[in-house]
Amino acid sequence: MSNLIKDNAIAADEWTRVTPPSLGEETVRKQAGKVVLFKLTGEETFSAEQIAATQIPAGKVLIPFAVWRAHKDTLANRVSQGEVGLLIATHEAIEDVIAEVKDINAFVLVAIYVERFADGRIFTIGNLLRTRYGYKNELRAVGDVLRDQLFFLKRSGFNSYLIRADRSATEALASLKDFSEPYQGAVDITEPAWRRINR
Amino acid sequence: MYKYDAIDQQLVNERVAQYRDQTNRYLAGELSEDEFRPLRLQNGLYIQRQAPMLRIAVPYGMLSSKQLRKLGEIAKKYDKGYGHFSTRQNLQLNWPKLEDVPEILAELATVEMHAIQTSGNCIRNITTDQFAGVAPDEVIDPRAMAEVMRQWSTFHPEFALLPRKFKIAVSGTEQDRAIVQAHDIGMEFYKDAKGQTAIKVWVGGGLGRTPILGTVIREHLEWQHALTYCEAIIRVYNIHGRRDNAYKARIKILVKSLGIDEFKKQVEAEWLHIKDNPNTITEAELARVAEHFEAMPYESLPTNDASFDSAIASNPAFAAWVKRCVHPHKQSGYRAVTLSLKPHGHAPGDITSEQMAVVADLADAYSFGELRASHEQNLILADVKLCELFPLWEKARTAGLATPNIGLLTDIICCPGGDFCSLANAKSIPIAEAIQMQFDNLDYLHDIGDLELNISGCMNACGHHHVGHIGILGVDKDGSEWYQVTIGGKQGIDASIGSVIGPSFSAEEMPGVVQRLIEVYIKERTPEERFIDTVRRIGVPPFKAHVYASKETANV
Repeated sequence: MSNLIKDNAIAADEWTRVTPPSLGEETVRKQAGKVVLFKLTGEETFSAEQIAATQIPAGKVLIPFAVWRAHKDTLANRVSQGEVGLLIATHEAIEDVIAEVKDINAFVLVAIYVERFADGRIFTIGNLLRTRYGYKNELRAVGDVLRDQLFFLKRSGFNSYLIRADRSATEALASLKDFSEPYQGAVDITEPAWRRINR
Repeated sequence: MYKYDAIDQQLVNERVAQYRDQTNRYLAGELSEDEFRPLRLQNGLYIQRQAPMLRIAVPYGMLSSKQLRKLGEIAKKYDKGYGHFSTRQNLQLNWPKLEDVPEILAELATVEMHAIQTSGNCIRNITTDQFAGVAPDEVIDPRAMAEVMRQWSTFHPEFALLPRKFKIAVSGTEQDRAIVQAHDIGMEFYKDAKGQTAIKVWVGGGLGRTPILGTVIREHLEWQHALTYCEAIIRVYNIHGRRDNAYKARIKILVKSLGIDEFKKQVEAEWLHIKDNPNTITEAELARVAEHFEAMPYESLPTNDASFDSAIASNPAFAAWVKRCVHPHKQSGYRAVTLSLKPHGHAPGDITSEQMAVVADLADAYSFGELRASHEQNLILADVKLCELFPLWEKARTAGLATPNIGLLTDIICCPGGDFCSLANAKSIPIAEAIQMQFDNLDYLHDIGDLELNISGCMNACGHHHVGHIGILGVDKDGSEWYQVTIGGKQGIDASIGSVIGPSFSAEEMPGVVQRLIEVYIKERTPEERFIDTVRRIGVPPFKAHVYASKETANV
């Protein structure tokens, strides 16, 4: 069964995610004696060698931003046919992505990859895509996506969620409705409670 | 104080259901420790040395008698019959069972309380001056704005998982009793040249491992924009804060590394996009909330009261209490009263269930059924008639709540420390108790005068030791507990971070060290000079010399 939630229901996932191959061993980074769990905003995701070695299959493909950037001329036709989704990691600077992409609505799918669920940058990125950059198509959360973040993701402009493979998307559906009347204005409900309701 | 409407109540009820489900999934093994940790933390539940600790939110320190009674009942039913008021105006239970927490939350919800965002990497309880609304020096009562901000920050979707914790304090006096400069965002409300409420915004303050006082990011912000301006600040922080290193993840590190000018530039650029969005506060909304904080139905009373004057004249113990525990009030014939949670030889900030019931009764009898918790870890009855101070004192004294030591050396601000907290390097409560016993002579204590002594059991600085006139920090050296001493710290508008006097001391040495610091002060002080003033005037060296001279003698 599909682990994708789209527009408040379980949906089939038609997209193949493209992942650059890992070349050689990754070095474990440490800070203050602890393994670094999060990349800093602006860090590169893949090396030039990894990008060059990436195979892009036929059909609907979800492609990391860096890979798309390297192949954007050859991919232009597939983008216009709605076959390319753009995968942005939470540490990638969204304003740089937009500057490169120009028309974000050329993509029928934009997915934000969150390596660890505790990385709250995903919320700001979703918000900016919807409110500042005018993105109107499917906005998906992928990676370490768990039900306890769904309500916040929805409020930050996401409308699709690929729940982590070892968890039930069906059970996760309930969390989209954790709260009925949120206090503050956000992406989904723009007005705060006191503007919506006569309190 | 603020009363919930249907929207507030529904949200808190839904939170109880959500957290109950999360706890059940954790207990069933469906959530890993790592996945459950941020969920329980955002609900104030720590796993500590002995048992879990639950931190219950007391928004900007305001409590009703009904709420305090319920807290007392909960402490009795689910804990060991006492609670601990923290330096962020919250109440902590030290021994609840993890599986009981959903039930505790359900009980709290019946009195309009919760534990939402009392910990975790999110916007925490917004704190303020314990004398808000009654202080004669107050320019603006900050509570309505604090409540508007509380609602805005509750489950704010964009800021649910920040790089690190985020603390906001608001203040409406020039003196600043809320330590706004020691917060991630500090908001000082004032009247601008046009007579309009404006906000001076401070950013990047904080104690902890790297103590830094905040910097002004905006001298003048119209109050309508309080929320959107905070959103701009926190958005820049959410994206650029250091998630790679927990010790460098607070906003103060970002502000310091970018420099205030560059940080401000980024915030202002962000704000241009969101200024005037629907979270902009309207006159109507502020008025709706402010209605809950209107002045109490005071009687018109003369400035003086004969029975009060004669009680002062005839009863030195009452007079001593009035001198330290009774504070001026903007309404004629009324006073604010601090009930000391610092009896000598007991854990600072601790209060039993029975005492909570007594305080609730006192609030009902003498102070319109409301009270406040202070960041100094005491309780305040804010609206007491002059003529009722004496009977109030008699009842408070019977309950052990009238130690006349407010603002004195034994009014120690102290974190739970190594007896409870799993983060602590050293115990703090026994040090506080030992110092209190060293200075148990009230006449001597009153002669020493105003002095703030703060103790933290580790560099996370929950005891705010950096801003104590005397600050004590527990440190770990090769597995044993030592204490580092700072002097010259201060909260308030002229805040400062204390200076370390030298190598650290053992627990047994600590009462003697404080004693010697006091000896230097007594010798050097000019008339009317407080300890902090003497330290600022003569500097650290004379104190250091005396403390370590006697240490060397002792070692010979």
